[in-house]
Amino acid sequence: MDKLLIGDNQFFGVNHMSEEKARAQAMRFQKIEAVIDVLDSAYDAGVRTFMCTTHDRIGLVADHVRANPDRYPDFTFFPCMPYAHKYANAVTEDGMIGALKRFLPNEGLLNAAIRGGMSIARKDVEGIATLLIDAEMKMFRNLATPVIWLQNVVVDLLLGLGFNEAFRIFANHVKTRYNAEPGFITMNMPRLLDVLEDLGIDNPIVCSNINKVGFRMSGGIEAYVDALTNRKFRAVAMSVFASGAIRPDEAIEWVCSLPNIESIVFGASSAGNIRATRDLVEKHWRK
Amino acid sequence: MIKVAVVGLGKMGISHLGMIRAHSGVELAAVCDSTGYVLDVLSKYTGLKTYSDYALMLDEVALDAVIIATPSRVHTPMVKAALDRGIHVFCEKPFTLKAGESEMLAALAEEKGLVTQVGYHNRFVGAFQEVRRLLDAGAIGTVHHVQAEAYGPVVLKPKGSTWRTQRSEGGGCLYDYAAHPINLVNWFFGMPDSVGGSVLGKIFSAETDDEVYGTLYFPDGKTASLSVNWSDESFRKMTTRVTISGTAGRIYADRQEIQVFLRDGAALPGGYEHGWNIRYTTELTEEVDFYMRGEEYTAQLDHFVKRIGNPALPAANDFRSAAETDRVIEMIVEDAAQDPARTGIKPQQARKRFSLFKR
Repeated sequence: MDKLLIGDNQFFGVNHMSEEKARAQAMRFQKIEAVIDVLDSAYDAGVRTFMCTTHDRIGLVADHVRANPDRYPDFTFFPCMPYAHKYANAVTEDGMIGALKRFLPNEGLLNAAIRGGMSIARKDVEGIATLLIDAEMKMFRNLATPVIWLQNVVVDLLLGLGFNEAFRIFANHVKTRYNAEPGFITMNMPRLLDVLEDLGIDNPIVCSNINKVGFRMSGGIEAYVDALTNRKFRAVAMSVFASGAIRPDEAIEWVCSLPNIESIVFGASSAGNIRATRDLVEKHWRK
Repeated sequence: MIKVAVVGLGKMGISHLGMIRAHSGVELAAVCDSTGYVLDVLSKYTGLKTYSDYALMLDEVALDAVIIATPSRVHTPMVKAALDRGIHVFCEKPFTLKAGESEMLAALAEEKGLVTQVGYHNRFVGAFQEVRRLLDAGAIGTVHHVQAEAYGPVVLKPKGSTWRTQRSEGGGCLYDYAAHPINLVNWFFGMPDSVGGSVLGKIFSAETDDEVYGTLYFPDGKTASLSVNWSDESFRKMTTRVTISGTAGRIYADRQEIQVFLRDGAALPGGYEHGWNIRYTTELTEEVDFYMRGEEYTAQLDHFVKRIGNPALPAANDFRSAAETDRVIEMIVEDAAQDPARTGIKPQQARKRFSLFKR
C-alpha cells in the first residue's frame, strides 16, 4: 500500500464537522470533471491510490480511468462497500427483504437472479453477500483494486451483532474472486482486532480513526496506541486531522510517530492541500 | 449485568441490537420479531435466542429490560405487558399514536418505579445538549421565536404500501421525521398552549403525509415554526436543525455544529464571546465505548442501562416527556384536519363599497 491514499468524502458532501461545508462541497463537485481534476492533482503529486465508496458517481471516475490508461498507468482503486445510504433509504422504502431484492443483480443475469433468490429462500448469507459484493464491484472491472474494504457502518454493525462469520465470508470472497486483500474499516479497532484474530484472519488490513484528540476512537486512544504497538495487523489511519480540529503539521507529526502505521487516508479538495499533506508526511514519516 | 431483549428487528431494532449486545453491562437474553426471516438468519449466524411470540418470550425469559422497536401502533400493548411484569422499557419513537395512552403508560411506569426511555436520540447529540446548556444559562436573553426543521430523502416517488406509508400505522413524515424537531422544542421550551396553521401535505404518498408545517404557540408568547419535509433529495441524509432567536442573541444548531451569535450586553457563558461563536461536533461530542452510527445512539442506550443500575440519575426522554411530543403531534393532526386553508382568514371582500357603481 502507498503511504498516502486519497479518500472521497469531500466529493460527496460528507463532512463530519459542518453541514454547510458539506453542502458547499457537494455543489463544487457536482460535475465529475471537478472530482477528476482533484484526482489528477493527487496523481501528479504522487498520490495514486483512490480509496472510494461505491457511490454511483464513482462509476464515472472508473470509466474515465479505464478510458485513459496512458494518463493513469499506476492509478489504483481501493473500493469501500457498501455505499450504505442507498441501502438504508431502500430499507425504509421497501423493508428488509424488498431492499435486498432490489440490489441483487437482475438485468439479464438469470443465473445470478436464481442464485440470489435461492440464497434468500435458504437464508444463505454467503450467497447473498457474495452477490452484493459482485454487484458493487461491477463498476471497477479491468481496474486495479488490490484492497477491497468493508465500510465501517457494516463492520461495526456485524461486530455488535456478533455476526462474525460475515467477516470470513467477505475476506474469502474478496481473495478468491478478486485476488485482492480484504480491508476492514471500523470505529472500534481494538475490539475488531480481537474478533478477526479469533476468526483466523491473519495480519488483517484495518482502517480506523487515528488522531491526536481521540475523535471517534472507541475504546479509547490508549487502547489504540496499545494495539498499534502490540498487535499484528496492517493499520491505515483515517480522520487524522479529526475533521480539522487539529493543525495539519501537529496532526501528521503525531500519527507518524506511532508504530505500525502503513498508510494514511486523507481528504483534500485542492492541489495545494494535497501537496501540503504529501510534504508533511514526507517530513514526518519515520525513516 | 442486566438481561435485555430486543423486540422488532427493522432498521432501528437491528441497530439497537448491535449496540446493546456490545454493551459491557448487558446480557442480550433474547430477540423477538413477527417475521421469521431475520430471526432465522440471526439464530443461524449469531446464536441468539429468538422468539416470534412476544408474550411467550416475556413468560419464558427473566428480563430486566426490553427494547421495543416495533411500529408505533403496537407500542401500547407491548409496553404495558412489559411494565405489568416489572420490566424496564426503552421504546422507539414516536412513543404511541394516542397521547392519552402515552400518559397512561407514563403513569403506570411511575407507579411501579420503572426506568423508561424513548428513542429521541437528538437529546444525546452534543450540539443540541449545548443549546440546552446555553438556554439554561440565559445566554440569548428572552427567547421569542424558534424555527425547528427536519429534511431528508426518504420518499422520493409514489410507492407500494408498507406500515410506513400509512398514518394509521404510525407511518409518515409527521411521526417519523417531525417528531424529532417537535421533541427538541418540547425539551427546550416545554408544552405549547396551542397549534395553528398546521399543514400535513402529501407529495408522493397516498395514505400519509410527506411534509409538515405549522406554528406552536407558547404560554409566554413565544412561537415555534415547524418545517419538515422527508421528500427532499437535496439532503444526503436526514438533518434536524433548530434556530432560536432571543433578545440577546441567536442560536443555530444541527447534529454537526452550533453557531451562536451573542449581542453586546449578553451574559456570556464560559468560553463564549460577543459576536459569533462556532463549535463543532469534534469538541462537543463525548466518546462512547462502542460506535456504530453516531455517538448519540450508543449514548442513549448507555444512559438507559446506567439508569437501571442507578435510578437516581436524571431521566432523559422518559415516557412522561415523550407523551408531550405525542400530545403535540395529536394537536397538529387535529388542527390540520380542520383544514386551515379553508377555515383561515380570507382577503376582505369589499363588495358594499363598490356596489354603488354597479348594477
